[in-house]
Amino acid sequence: MKTCLTAIISSLMIFSPMAYADKWSDQFPHIKATGDIPGDCSYEKMSKKNYKGKTLKINTHAIPVMGEPTALHAEQFEKLTGAKVEVTHTPAGDLYSKAMVPFQAGQAPYDIVFGFSNFINDWKRYLAPVPKKYMNSPEMKDVTKSHMGVSSWDGTMYQYPVDGDRHYLKYRKDVIDNPEMQKKYKADTGKDLKVPTTWKEYGEMAKYFNGWDWDGDGEKEYGSAEVMKKDDLMFAAFFSRSVAYAKNPRTPGGFFFDLETMKPNINNPGFVEALTDWVEATKYVPPGGTNFGLGDEIGSFGGGQTLFSFSWDDAFIAAMQDDSPIKNKVGAAPLPGANKVWNRVSNSWENQYNQAPYIVWGWAVGVAKKSKVKNMAFDYLCFFSNGANHQADLAIGRFGVNPFKNSDFDPNIYINSMGWDPEIANSYTKTLLDMEKSNNRVFPLRVPGVFEFTSAVATGTSKALAGQLSPQEALDEVAKEWEAIVSRVGKKAVQKAYSVGVKMEDNKL
Amino acid sequence: MNFKHKYFFLFPGLFVLIGILIFPIIFVVRLSLSGWNSYNPGLDYIGLENYVRLFTDDPRFWESFFRLSFLSVTTVILQYVIGFALAHMVWKDIKFKRFFRVLFLVPMMTTPVIMTVIWRTFFHESLGPVNDLLSIFGVAPKWLTDPVIAKFTVIIVEVWQWTPFMFLLLLAGLLSLPKEPFLAAAIDGASPVRKFIYVTFPLMAPISIGAIIIRLIEASKIMDTVYVLTSGGPGTSTETSSFYIFIKGLREFQMGYAASMSFTYLIIMIISLTIIAKVLTKILLKE
Repeated sequence: MKTCLTAIISSLMIFSPMAYADKWSDQFPHIKATGDIPGDCSYEKMSKKNYKGKTLKINTHAIPVMGEPTALHAEQFEKLTGAKVEVTHTPAGDLYSKAMVPFQAGQAPYDIVFGFSNFINDWKRYLAPVPKKYMNSPEMKDVTKSHMGVSSWDGTMYQYPVDGDRHYLKYRKDVIDNPEMQKKYKADTGKDLKVPTTWKEYGEMAKYFNGWDWDGDGEKEYGSAEVMKKDDLMFAAFFSRSVAYAKNPRTPGGFFFDLETMKPNINNPGFVEALTDWVEATKYVPPGGTNFGLGDEIGSFGGGQTLFSFSWDDAFIAAMQDDSPIKNKVGAAPLPGANKVWNRVSNSWENQYNQAPYIVWGWAVGVAKKSKVKNMAFDYLCFFSNGANHQADLAIGRFGVNPFKNSDFDPNIYINSMGWDPEIANSYTKTLLDMEKSNNRVFPLRVPGVFEFTSAVATGTSKALAGQLSPQEALDEVAKEWEAIVSRVGKKAVQKAYSVGVKMEDNKL
Repeated sequence: MNFKHKYFFLFPGLFVLIGILIFPIIFVVRLSLSGWNSYNPGLDYIGLENYVRLFTDDPRFWESFFRLSFLSVTTVILQYVIGFALAHMVWKDIKFKRFFRVLFLVPMMTTPVIMTVIWRTFFHESLGPVNDLLSIFGVAPKWLTDPVIAKFTVIIVEVWQWTPFMFLLLLAGLLSLPKEPFLAAAIDGASPVRKFIYVTFPLMAPISIGAIIIRLIEASKIMDTVYVLTSGGPGTSTETSSFYIFIKGLREFQMGYAASMSFTYLIIMIISLTIIAKVLTKILLKE
């Protein structure tokens, strides 16, 4: 009954088109759109906690992505509970080591550590499992199955869900849906201008719209903004391009490795085809685009510089913010697929359409097992992702907080609270929801020493993008390195950990 | 006083020496003989396995070392030439001498990481002001995305940042030179060029050697510029030894292997810098 009532009140607040005024939104303007939303960790509930005299130490990402909401909610938490919260900001590449060094030395300088969900295998022995109290909360019950899986290891949740990530396609709707552009494109290429469903179409359109002013703003625009900067999440962009060619639903048992033999698949023709496309993509990115990190990609697409982009939600949300020059001019769609997919069992191409969503790793956060203020730490995380904060955070692209709750897929949230065009809001939520429903998903690699594997991919693919090696040579080098890592870590250890991810991909978990 | 008591006074210095110099080196050596990594933390003993891997199966380390040699030698030569020219300029009685002396030191006083971020913005190929200006002449170099040009971009930033250090050392050297040889040269009617070649430069040789060696040691640790500007890319074209060791140690958490690379690097640097110092002494001091 209580849950029902909470849900009704929450729904009323969420779907109210007006800014919601209550005593909490007066004090905390961040939640002015919804006001406080009742729940286990609402503003109201937190205000009744007394953590005066206690200090909570958090290591989070640099501002703004995830760093800004961490600091903002820390400040709110301090005001509500009397706690002192110390927030340390760390660049993305150093989040892993900043936690791992003290973890391995048996210390806990931070009570809460932010990182990425694929750290889970290395971090889980140093993190406290999420207590039942939080696991049974209505907010947690609302988290999607995919993201419960991403935050857990063998049924135990170690990472508190604060963010949901996946890669999908973003495109300039005002160009792709423009009848004049469609006519021009048809006349020049003989092909239809539409939302690309294959990477080849993506490349053709991006190339066509590269280097000229197609939106009439007096500036040149370009084909695509992608994360290509070495060691800056570029491996995830590569996997996004690879899933179409290499994730075959008819060959279960591993996308990254053959689970039985632990032989890497990374240099099979599917991955090589994806890398060949990616090398081609260097011709239709903006000047300097091969050195774009995630921030550059968000700024480039969000600022209206490119026709396409694919990666996390942030670029799309940035494009849909009120201050964006292209608000309500963008669309979301599934990642492009391919007209052929590699069958690693028969060692041949299957000439049929294939598309696979990539539930890419995203922000994750855990509480140190050795923390002396675990209760306060979990309360903070629960507060971080409470209904009101979550709704408000979703609307700010630079925050890096993306949908991970079932209730997030209601388009009305984006139409009413954020002023999105209904058609765009529908395409956005449908795109995300369809990924959740897909039976051909790829999950992030979560094995011991994951950074060694992803770093090898970044090095190899960046060599191909820079023209130092051919795609085949680059991926052969990566495969050789992966074999060496498996041998160093221990085949059984990697195999055991990888089998958990494979079960998820094969829809057995 | 008992003769042995004087050793008692050496202990504080000795403790500091052991604590901050000897112990870290010994620990690095011990770490290099272990397989410490993210999934196997601890000082187990694996013998010379890491060293065997480094010498037989890691061409990337050696490539980064040769790249580092190119970058550090080039930057230090440029810093020396520019630093000497600037120091020579403000050594003379010119207008606003004090102003220039302070101005030339400004880059060194800025934070390298922050300045590199600013340089990265300058060199941003689609949004940066450098290519905006150059577009007037119809050129738009790929400052950060071309494997060859990116190396020179790193050199530009390094030279800008650290030439003042060279300038400072050389200016101090110039100011401490005796006046007599210059007076003698003036009496003999030597031209400014001959005065520089036959008096200033030889007198500055010992200081030049010191300055070059100090800068070579610093330049061979180049890390923050590469990290911020290019992340070692495109590909591995700007990856230096210290950046590669950083990736292996603190990104991939291969602590044992990174330690073996660090120790090997230390030995190579000691040997090569000793040779460079000897060669420079032979050439410049004609010993």
